[in-house]
Amino acid sequence: MLSIISGSVLLGLQYALLALGVYITFRVLNIPDLTVDGSFTFGIAISSVLCYNGHPFLGIALALLAGLLAGFVTGLLQTKAGIHPILAGILTMSGLYTVNITVMGAPNVSLIGKTRFYDFFADFMSGASKDVPKIILIAFICAVIVILLILFFKTVLGLCIRATGNNEDMVRASSINTKLTTIIALALSNGLVALSGALITQTQGYADVNAGSGMIVVGLASVIIGEVIFGKRSINIGLISAVVGSVLYRLIVAFALESNVFSANALKLLSAVIVAVTLSIPAIKKAISNRKLKKEGLRNA
Amino acid sequence: MLEINKLNKTFLTGTPNEHKALNDFSLSLKNGEFVTVIGSNGAGKSTMFNAIAGEFLCDSGNIILDGDNISYKKEHIRSKHIGRLFQDPMRGTAPDLTIEENMALAFSKSTRKMMSPAIRKEDREFFKETLKGLSMGLEDRMKTKIGQLSGGQRQAVTLIMSTIVTPKLLLLDEHTAALDPLTAEKVLDITKKIVAENNITTMMITHNIKSALSLGTRTIMLENGSIVLDLNGEERRKLSVADLMQMYKDKSGKELDNDRMLLSND
Repeated sequence: MLSIISGSVLLGLQYALLALGVYITFRVLNIPDLTVDGSFTFGIAISSVLCYNGHPFLGIALALLAGLLAGFVTGLLQTKAGIHPILAGILTMSGLYTVNITVMGAPNVSLIGKTRFYDFFADFMSGASKDVPKIILIAFICAVIVILLILFFKTVLGLCIRATGNNEDMVRASSINTKLTTIIALALSNGLVALSGALITQTQGYADVNAGSGMIVVGLASVIIGEVIFGKRSINIGLISAVVGSVLYRLIVAFALESNVFSANALKLLSAVIVAVTLSIPAIKKAISNRKLKKEGLRNA
Repeated sequence: MLEINKLNKTFLTGTPNEHKALNDFSLSLKNGEFVTVIGSNGAGKSTMFNAIAGEFLCDSGNIILDGDNISYKKEHIRSKHIGRLFQDPMRGTAPDLTIEENMALAFSKSTRKMMSPAIRKEDREFFKETLKGLSMGLEDRMKTKIGQLSGGQRQAVTLIMSTIVTPKLLLLDEHTAALDPLTAEKVLDITKKIVAENNITTMMITHNIKSALSLGTRTIMLENGSIVLDLNGEERRKLSVADLMQMYKDKSGKELDNDRMLLSND
């Protein structure tokens, strides 16, 4: 029981970076960016291959850069080439499959017996159970990233990015290049997504070229679950709620699997249903209230 | 301040819908001039504004702002020195951002240090002081999302935002047309005040012949993408609305077909 919880918290915190990336595109920039599926695996590929060759930290750093690059490409396709945002994401994601499998050299890479990034920290806490040092380390990384993001969105550039997702005309009228702000936001988002993949692959000890499929839905589910708990408020709360949402999502999944209600294969369908239902709540509420109004109106007529 | 030389723009070239929106359009504005722009629908008023603001590049001709040839500059570069308001009050502000965040964004034109904090303490005070000038009580609602304000309030804030860093040229595209008569009058008063205080060269499109004559220092009338009437000084002062209507008829060979011009109160 305890191990389920600690395992889910660890997983949730690692996926929290993915959720933060998705939050930036989906909520701040107002674009559902499908690059995520590809950039997540891109992070996995770079991180696992370098870890395999004895450079776990370099692997994580380069994975972040790889993600930035993937987002940059999607940004160029969207802004400079004028391709529809959804299609631009799909193109990058699809192209990345070839890149990823080339980087990995095989569909799978096993890291069993290799030194990973957390091994250096686990030495300090040899007495604790195996998940605890990892949780502390990843929680620390998440906290630092959330704080950096909160500060970033308070700068002029951060404000410009937020406004770009809100009213592009107005940002251009303020003499700001909205193409640039869009590209920066997409790069930042996918950098975080790749970082998430980079941490996960080393923690789990293996890499799979198909690991990224459906990650956009996982990210959306986390963001949305967070919003259900915290409500849609300021961007600071939004960033924190994405992290909490990611952990909750993993707990929900773990308990659903544990209770044998769902098979592991049902996971993606379940995630998709959670996202679809939550996103349709405003429309459902409106339909219900309209029906009520109509009914009362007809009765009083 | 502004020199426009023989600007031409044709839309949908080579199709049956080909439309010559600007036809050898030339205009020269002196520093601090306040020009009202009238003309029927499709005369090219908004197209002229779009051309100056840089929404598209023109087929030929050039635009010189304060000695600087901006004809081929990008829209966001031009907007550093050009303030613009639209008829739709929703276009000028970001609804999910607070009043102070919106103002900070407009104000960032002056500093343009991307990684510095967007709102400093002294900025906040400055924004408050500026908003007080509107006497709409907005200075106490700095943390309210702009989407919660009324159209008139939003347009007033947009006006403040587009002039918070004094532009070389202010383009007002029927910016009071979507407001109720009282609010429209108030926004117009604020416009007059800001323009006069900062001596901003201004062009204002309006469908109200009366305010076209009463506001500003000069009136131009557009038809088929060029200026058909250019009035200022004594001649303009003596002119009545009826005179102007007649002049329009003589110049363009048709009646002013737009009831809005006669009836509107904005």
